[in-house]
Amino acid sequence: MGATGLVCRECGRRYALDPIFVCDACFGPLEVEYDHDGLNGEALRTRILSGPPSIWRYQDFLPVQRVPAWDLAPGYTPLVRAERLGKALGLNRLYLKDDTRNPTWSFKDRVVACAVAAARMFRFDVLSCASTGNLANAVAAHAAKAGLRAVVFIPTGIERAKVVATSMYRPTIVEVEGTYDDVNRLCLEIGEEHRWAIANVNVRPYYSEGAKTLGFEVAEQLGWQAPDRVVAPVGSGNMFVKIHKGLEEFQQLGVIAAHRVRMTGAQAEGCGPVATAYRAQTDTVVPVIPETLAKSIAIGNPADGHYVLDIARRSGGAVESVTDHETVEAIRLLAETEGLFTEPTGGVTVGVLRKLALAGAVDPDETVVAIISGIGLKALEAVESHLPAAVRIKPTLASFEERVLQPAGA
Amino acid sequence: MAARVRIPTPLRQLTKGERLIEVGAADLGQAIDELDRRFPGFRARLLDEHGEVLRFVNIFVNERDVRFLGGLRTPLADGAEVSIVPAMAGGAVPRD
Repeated sequence: MGATGLVCRECGRRYALDPIFVCDACFGPLEVEYDHDGLNGEALRTRILSGPPSIWRYQDFLPVQRVPAWDLAPGYTPLVRAERLGKALGLNRLYLKDDTRNPTWSFKDRVVACAVAAARMFRFDVLSCASTGNLANAVAAHAAKAGLRAVVFIPTGIERAKVVATSMYRPTIVEVEGTYDDVNRLCLEIGEEHRWAIANVNVRPYYSEGAKTLGFEVAEQLGWQAPDRVVAPVGSGNMFVKIHKGLEEFQQLGVIAAHRVRMTGAQAEGCGPVATAYRAQTDTVVPVIPETLAKSIAIGNPADGHYVLDIARRSGGAVESVTDHETVEAIRLLAETEGLFTEPTGGVTVGVLRKLALAGAVDPDETVVAIISGIGLKALEAVESHLPAAVRIKPTLASFEERVLQPAGA
Repeated sequence: MAARVRIPTPLRQLTKGERLIEVGAADLGQAIDELDRRFPGFRARLLDEHGEVLRFVNIFVNERDVRFLGGLRTPLADGAEVSIVPAMAGGAVPRD
């Protein structure tokens, strides 16, 4: 039971479970293979239900073993029925996967939990990453819990709270003069020369599998069935691809019934290379220089862009983008209707769903799940200038009645 | 005119373990030609039959993606640094 090896996604060449991520023959990405010992359906559901309320309930589907002393218990976040937002968008069965409720308030805890377990499996002493902020935050926290050294690489210009929240765990923060894509390239070069566990580089096959748990949880929380549509943000594209992979694995093993899930990707217009390729009906994702409020998906050369396009097209989904203005409006709409405050990436997701719903591209009776991947508190600068100031009064009843009750028409 | 090419792990078998190779080429295409002469098979690992850079390969000249420069015609000034790095992807369910 469990992971048996790595296989090249492109040419099928097989490798042992090692800290490698690229096929020697064709540079294709390596992917974990599993043997489920013939278990399926009911047996797997029973094993999941007896597991802890975290990503580790899906241990049978993950390539690394939970390390109890290192566990921050990410995942198993609420799937919330969004009636008020649904009403605003004309959708009758809308759910939000609230991944702001993770140990460092973003979905990245899922993948980093797998990366830190891989670091232990391969006996690394340093945990590292190339990050737009949330990943650095998660790596720093998980490394602190594990007693590993953390060295995180970020581009200049990310949100202040992401840097402060990361600093708290005492990693070495390296701010690189450039974009995320520059940071990513540098980390690839560092990984060639130094023996570090770089979460999204040399332990990427293990790290990336953690994102499947989003798909698993959605299916379990819907009562062991797949939704009709998932709307997920697309930065590197890994989350999108792995949600789909998780749902497919559940279907192949009979954990849930076969069902077509329209995989719908959300990008920011200022960094939407996959949405651009989708609209142009091409297979070629042309890299861009990011210029967007949604820093956590500001990836101009998305590693999984091609796979996102393929899945979106095959599943009857879409890849769409929204402007910064639409993103801020969507953040506010989500907060005002559902009491959930997300960072701009969540605004991009809700904004794209809104755009598609208003264009009539989503059936009102579809079961739709929108992934809310990170918390708004880490990106206050995105919204604060758009919000009304507090009403200031004197500590008197008269001042209250004049300045609060009268304008409110009470 | 000498530029330095940083060789990624999957190509080091071809270069007998060498990580850094000096080439005397005026542009990136010529540099790849020279590497292919010295290390037969080098070109086929980077370019497809139409001479386009393979999807999973990124090439940088002085830290800039050559897709934003002149592609294979990107000039190599004396002392230029060429990096060949895998475009890593997380993979997906294998297509049948």
